[in-house]
Amino acid sequence: MSLKTLWIGALAAALIAGPMAAAVHAQPKEMFVPLLVYRTGPFAPSGIPIANGFVDYFTLVNERDGGVNGVKLTWEECETQYKTDLGVECYEKLKGKGPTGAALVNPYSTGITYQLIPKAAVDKVPVFSMGYGMTASADGRWFPWVFNFPTTYWSQASAVIRYMAQQEGGTEKLRGKKIVHIFHNSPYGKEANPTLEELSRRLGFELTLLAVDSPGQEQKATWLQVRRINPNWIFLSGWGVMNQVAVKEAAGIGFPMDHFIGNWWSASDADVIPAGEGAKGYKGATFHAPGTGFKVHADLFKFVYDKGKGAGKKEGVGEVLYNRGVVNAMLSVEAIRTAMTKHGNKPLTGAEVRWGFENLNLTEPRLEQLGMKGFTHPVKVTCEDHEGAGPVMFEQWDGKKWNIVSDWIPVMRDVVRPKLEAAAVEEGKKLSYTERDCAKEK
Amino acid sequence: MLEVDGRFFVLLMSNGILIGLMYSLIALGFVLVYKATDAINFAQGEFVMIAGFVVAVCLVAYGAPLWLAVSAGLLGMVGFGFGLERVMLRRLIGRPIIAVVMATIGLAAILRGVGPLTWGAETKPLALPISDEPFIVGPLFIPPIQLLGASVSLVFLGVFGWFFLKSRKGIAMRAVADSQQVAMAMGINVERYFALAWAMTGVVSALGGVIWGSMLGVDVHLSLVGFKVFPVVILGGLDSIPGAILGGLIVGVVENVAAGYVDPYVGGGTKDFAPYVLMILALMIRPYGIFGKKIIERV
Repeated sequence: MSLKTLWIGALAAALIAGPMAAAVHAQPKEMFVPLLVYRTGPFAPSGIPIANGFVDYFTLVNERDGGVNGVKLTWEECETQYKTDLGVECYEKLKGKGPTGAALVNPYSTGITYQLIPKAAVDKVPVFSMGYGMTASADGRWFPWVFNFPTTYWSQASAVIRYMAQQEGGTEKLRGKKIVHIFHNSPYGKEANPTLEELSRRLGFELTLLAVDSPGQEQKATWLQVRRINPNWIFLSGWGVMNQVAVKEAAGIGFPMDHFIGNWWSASDADVIPAGEGAKGYKGATFHAPGTGFKVHADLFKFVYDKGKGAGKKEGVGEVLYNRGVVNAMLSVEAIRTAMTKHGNKPLTGAEVRWGFENLNLTEPRLEQLGMKGFTHPVKVTCEDHEGAGPVMFEQWDGKKWNIVSDWIPVMRDVVRPKLEAAAVEEGKKLSYTERDCAKEK
Repeated sequence: MLEVDGRFFVLLMSNGILIGLMYSLIALGFVLVYKATDAINFAQGEFVMIAGFVVAVCLVAYGAPLWLAVSAGLLGMVGFGFGLERVMLRRLIGRPIIAVVMATIGLAAILRGVGPLTWGAETKPLALPISDEPFIVGPLFIPPIQLLGASVSLVFLGVFGWFFLKSRKGIAMRAVADSQQVAMAMGINVERYFALAWAMTGVVSALGGVIWGSMLGVDVHLSLVGFKVFPVVILGGLDSIPGAILGGLIVGVVENVAAGYVDPYVGGGTKDFAPYVLMILALMIRPYGIFGKKIIERV
């Protein structure tokens, strides 16, 4: 081969490879996260702060840190109105978007979660239903693509009973006490019932289950029954307008509000404000703090709101459901970051992010680095345990704001986990899943 | 076996009656429009919601005194009713009934979007200067807000009943509803009476918005009270004010008895569908309702 031929060959190669290399280089260093939101419809008062918290945290990561290890986060909101059919449509529309497809999906509705569980496993997109959705999916051996940490409805119910026992002066003091569970008459609302029934048998309290049909704007008859039963404690698993009406009704019958506890979807600002003074003393379970007293909020103001990039009004920062959106986004980001430790600092696929979720170990020092020490609790996820069985704390409305009034209350894992594992087998078999051997994945 | 406790039964009945009268107030808005214009307003719940938003925003955002906020709500809704008739509904006069039905369904969707978009989706309190302490009289347990709501309903049901039966304008409105052509031939200004009917619906919606808004808080959920209108007016009769009262009472009582005695045994669910079972039965047995005119056309 002559020198001339070599030169021509080299030139041709350069001409062909140059644009290709440039194309590879030009591929955006971005990861896409679909956001299923409900800013409209009857549940918008709850959906808006959650969506704002989510978007603001992603904006913060991009603005303050330049993305996750240099990979910018991109997202697109899709309006579900909290409707399952629209949620599935949104998922189908967005799952392939972005250079590597959807990194994960947060369904933000138990109904949508149930529909996405079989789809996401096929599409290899991890479903992150933080504190909602199918409780049984916490068993990662049966549901490798679903994550519902930091804790589930069943665990929450056990922590609520433990808290009531604490307030009464010990578990044995619950014997003979009357507890009423008022629940949204839907799969979500009924989630806590089996756990409460089990605990009623074990601890000897008298449990009454009262269903309220959706939407629940008229529930006077339910509260007349409560008045007749005259319970020591009420636990509320409501949603939307049902919550605010329940709080008003409880105040109306003169029930002591400090013995009325809502689950974490029944204790937001929107649930208490309409009841005015009557809501004072009402309590709620939560896995994160309310308010703006954390470094992450200072960062949100500095890097997001002061630059005019906030998703909502500045006054909304720190609301209970806003903070939930922030926590949800943070856990998603940390799962992506964990996945990068194995797969490199590049845009990752859903399958790669799934590994990050399953190996997430969010420690106290890491929370401190994130400006969230005390805001939420550490989480460790494993192949078997996608819940983490994190503790729950309790907040109380003082008429103007929510205040934390308890330590972290541990859940009753000995009660919940065996039932959860049995339910996972049942639910897994319904979907023709087989059990994973986690020992082989370590 | 259903356990019947007399005291509890009385409580459920009294609550059903009070709530039923409050449903009647919302149904009255529906009946007024039907009675005068032969049109079916599927946006009644959304009218209530918009009225609630106006009053709550005046109270919360502008710090207006209650009388001013309620006046703004009343005037706003009267203006809204007039405007709606002028801009949209007048163009539909003489068109098939389905055109008005579809227009009001569309209007409902628009209002559900426009309300939160304009005033924010967060729940707004609408506090009335009345105590939350219930009146306890023997076995009765009566929340003041319900007593107020029921009283307002009765007063306005009486006023509008008188208006339609005794006043010249009311009789003219009935004539318009019977036959627009004949009414025109008799020299009645049909368009003016249509506008008046929608304005009256605005007044009723504003009152409903204040009463229900103070019970539920004001957000897009408030429009859901409109769903209760349908069993109420089908049972009572689409064009009958006494029918709205009776229909409301039946729905209120049935809901409460179902919630108190059936729901605990079947795990819930009967309270909300029981009125619709009655509604279907009414359509099968007496399709024009208890007090309705036999010629009523349904859609």
